Amino acid sequence: MFEMLQHYGPDLLTGFGITLLSWTLGTVFGLALGFVIEIVRRFGPSLLGYPIRAYVEFIRGTPFLVQIFVLYYGGPLLGLRLDAMPAGILGLTIYGSAYFTEILRAGFDAVPKGQIEAARAIGFANMTIVRRIMVPIMMVSALPPMVNFAIILTKETVILSMITVPEIMFQTQTMMSETFAFFTPILILALFFWGFVELISRLGRRLERRFTYYLLDRS
Amino acid sequence: MFSFQVIIDNFPVLLWAARNTLLISVLGCLEGLILGAVICAAALSARPGLRRAAAIYVSFFRGVPLLIQLLVAYYLLPVIGLNVPALVAAVLTVGLCAAAYLSEVLRGSLNAIPKGQAEAALAIGMSPRNIWIRILLPQALKIGLPSIVNELILLVKASSLVTVVGIVEITRMSQSVAAATYRPLEIYLAAAFIYLAINLVIAQAGRALERRLTL
Repeated sequence: MFEMLQHYGPDLLTGFGITLLSWTLGTVFGLALGFVIEIVRRFGPSLLGYPIRAYVEFIRGTPFLVQIFVLYYGGPLLGLRLDAMPAGILGLTIYGSAYFTEILRAGFDAVPKGQIEAARAIGFANMTIVRRIMVPIMMVSALPPMVNFAIILTKETVILSMITVPEIMFQTQTMMSETFAFFTPILILALFFWGFVELISRLGRRLERRFTYYLLDRS
Repeated sequence: MFSFQVIIDNFPVLLWAARNTLLISVLGCLEGLILGAVICAAALSARPGLRRAAAIYVSFFRGVPLLIQLLVAYYLLPVIGLNVPALVAAVLTVGLCAAAYLSEVLRGSLNAIPKGQAEAALAIGMSPRNIWIRILLPQALKIGLPSIVNELILLVKASSLVTVVGIVEITRMSQSVAAATYRPLEIYLAAAFIYLAINLVIAQAGRALERRLTL
């Protein structure tokens, strides 16, 4: 077992790195795209409402695996020729944006109308209202589902192994097929994901404390 | 060029493969509900050992990606001498995973049932098992219906992962058709729309059922 770890150590480290990288980029870009979509839906022309709704329904109604197949194998037919890694990150971004957009919608809906009206009454511009009033209030209710979805995304990254992204699943599968060892690779995977998810939920709790700091009773 | 002819020609085989997608997700959901009720009962039991076991079960099956669970089942079952057909193994694994989520759904819905219900049942002399099966569980299923429908939709999408253990459902079939026709874009988009159609139907049916139950 020790020898095997020594032999596959570098590959496994690369795998960890690529999983972390694709998760980070997928989450950050997905959140950014979801935010833009939600702002357009809220403040943009109402004509865009239907295409956005169709986009969200399509992404949420189809499996992630099929989406990256369309992107990676079908993309070249439309002139979109991507390597596995960029295709995977783009796939995660698109997938994440549909879910994040819905989470943000619910979060923004929960912002009391009076707050926005008051801000408008004292002459705030739309974007200032979003930045100074809506986002801070929305974070209180939307952060837990956002962290929740970020955790779901960690588990979606293993699907990238199906389009040959050399992430941790891909590396351990190679390890399994080359050594016929079964227990160690699975143990590595399980430990890695357990630690990864634990780390994210701790980070999430810390963020939550930051965003709800003003709600604490400090009397 | 985008060719609709390819989609039209291959649509019947994809629809045929949808049978397995439906089979896996519906059976997986049923297994998840039954097992989930048991796990939920364990999580709420007075014995700390049972509570602990339920907590470990839920955290394991929610923490490890389904793709890994499927591969474990695929590699591990033959090692311990169990030679079950791949389809059975896949349904079992999907159901084990669904049970973890559904037990939490049921636990949440049970909290919404007024305490008086169980107390009244106890007062007229029903056994704890009877209270669970006749009073609490039916109400929990009704309250949790939206989340259960949600889980079924997630399972339809998750069933695409069983292609790794070689079962021919929509995704696997579209892989072979795409390889044979060299038209991955059209075929995978067609597959995506079949999934979308299935999920829209489930969502509608769920909403109709909800309306009927809340009359």
